[in-house]
Amino acid sequence: MIELLGISKSYGRKKALEGISLTLSNGQCLALVGHNGAGKTTLIKIILGLLKPSNGSVAVLHGDPGNRSFNRNRRHIGFLPEQVLFQKTLTGRETLAFYARLKGLSVKTLDTYFERVDLLGAADRRVGTYSKGMRQRLGIAQALLGQPKLLILDEPTSGLDPVARQNIYKILDEEKRKGAAVLISSHVLTELDDRIDRVAILNDGKLVAQGSIPTLRHQIGMHSQMKISADREICRELMTMFQNEIPARSQFAGEVILTCPPARKVEILGKVMAFRGRIQDIELTDPTLEQVFNAYSTSDHSAGELSDA
Amino acid sequence: MPIQRLIILRGNYQMPNMLILAQKEIRDGYRNKWISVMTLVMAGFALVLAFLGSAPVGTTVISPLAVTVVSLSSLGIFFIPLIALLLSYDSIVGEDDRGTLTLLLAYPITRSDIALGKFLGQLFILAFAIIVGYGSATLAIASFGEMPVADLPWSIFLKLVFSSILLGCIFLALGLLLSILTRERGTAAAGAIGIWLVFVVLFDMALLGILSSGASSLIPDDAVKWIMMASPSDAFRMYNLATNNETALLSGMSGLRADQVVPASILLVFLCSWIVIPLFASCVFFQRRAL
Repeated sequence: MIELLGISKSYGRKKALEGISLTLSNGQCLALVGHNGAGKTTLIKIILGLLKPSNGSVAVLHGDPGNRSFNRNRRHIGFLPEQVLFQKTLTGRETLAFYARLKGLSVKTLDTYFERVDLLGAADRRVGTYSKGMRQRLGIAQALLGQPKLLILDEPTSGLDPVARQNIYKILDEEKRKGAAVLISSHVLTELDDRIDRVAILNDGKLVAQGSIPTLRHQIGMHSQMKISADREICRELMTMFQNEIPARSQFAGEVILTCPPARKVEILGKVMAFRGRIQDIELTDPTLEQVFNAYSTSDHSAGELSDA
Repeated sequence: MPIQRLIILRGNYQMPNMLILAQKEIRDGYRNKWISVMTLVMAGFALVLAFLGSAPVGTTVISPLAVTVVSLSSLGIFFIPLIALLLSYDSIVGEDDRGTLTLLLAYPITRSDIALGKFLGQLFILAFAIIVGYGSATLAIASFGEMPVADLPWSIFLKLVFSSILLGCIFLALGLLLSILTRERGTAAAGAIGIWLVFVVLFDMALLGILSSGASSLIPDDAVKWIMMASPSDAFRMYNLATNNETALLSGMSGLRADQVVPASILLVFLCSWIVIPLFASCVFFQRRAL
């Protein structure tokens, strides 16, 4: 569906994107994650053919989006821009009908789209009366028109409450199962759902990491923390046991904190479990997505080590 | 059989993208009250001018309609370009600002379709306001007048309506081009005022100034009419006032020698190229506009 090879884009001297290679096939969902200004929107515009890359090749739906003849393929693309303000004077239904007509679709079956985004009750109200979340959902309904083969959503969950956000992920999942390729962008990794297959992290125009969320966590080697509560004596014993291998510290008497590299997590846990029966509690904290993301987003990788938080 | 085929055709009929866009523009113009306000203003001005103009005439050979046409074309020169620019300066730069331009371009529609569709929609709005506004006022005059309605010189009125729409088109096209060339709404708005000032006010003032000063000897006599063609509003004025005996007499254009007047057909060509060239330039520059 999407094949990018060595894409670069520069505005004058400023490099907006550098050497991006990405693929997305149908039935997959890829999340493009990065801070504001990392180049997500630029990359999406290149995929849509709205911008020409300075270097590299783009293939979308087996065509070149920069080509004039690509217009035929656009019928099969659903897109939601990062920020879109529909005409306030038109009703939701008129807005959706306008876009449906442009795709050559019937305007009689619009109710199903309104239903999917929970907007059926407000379909005949003017867009000017909509809340931010409702406008966002109208935009998503617009992107779903005509069952696209490729769905590109730029920050689809912004302005949505948790319930609506879950609904969006449900819809994306449905589209995925129908065989669509889904590309979404987000500036917060934590907002992403498990239903995302792959994540590509952009930082300062470069692709710094790519893979499933667990893979990314593993790759960067971020350490998990193990907090063990036990008697003083056991604590002392644990401390002497691990002190030379991994960072171990004791903040309070009766508590030991071990910092384990991802590869040794299970092994260390096994050793600790030997004290079974004499330990009151074990609390294992994996790095949060937020921390993984921050680790990748700062160009210096060593900063990714989980600090003494 | 033919009827059945027609029904099938209707079922599969897909409106061209350009018209879909024009239709949306018109609906928006209707909803945000642009159409009704403009029509009322046009009708109001036309009525006031018509009643003021017809009062002192009495029973002379000159019809009240001709008086109205002369006053309306003088007023329209100021008013129609302003309305047209207000309608069109926001066309593209506004869509860009709202984020809908990026969205629209992801759809199977060409940039020329977007530009020309917007132009067509605005043209409909403007034409509606001119026809209904001027028309209703003129009908009121005609029914109050002493002359039989059928005897009125309707052709000069039709000419006024036609050329007013043409004048509107010119400034719609210029506004569209402005909207494509600017990156900010504010710049486009300032540009619209600039265009209006240059073509409607300053050009005439400058020309008048030169002609009444000593510098006028530098300009050959028959060049003046061609210099005037450089401003679409002057071409409009000449077309309405100088190409008809009755209106020429009323507006003081009757003293012109035959070689001082540009023939109506050439005036029309000038007016039309003032529409076609900016529209063409709009399509070209829109293609290059970065998003």
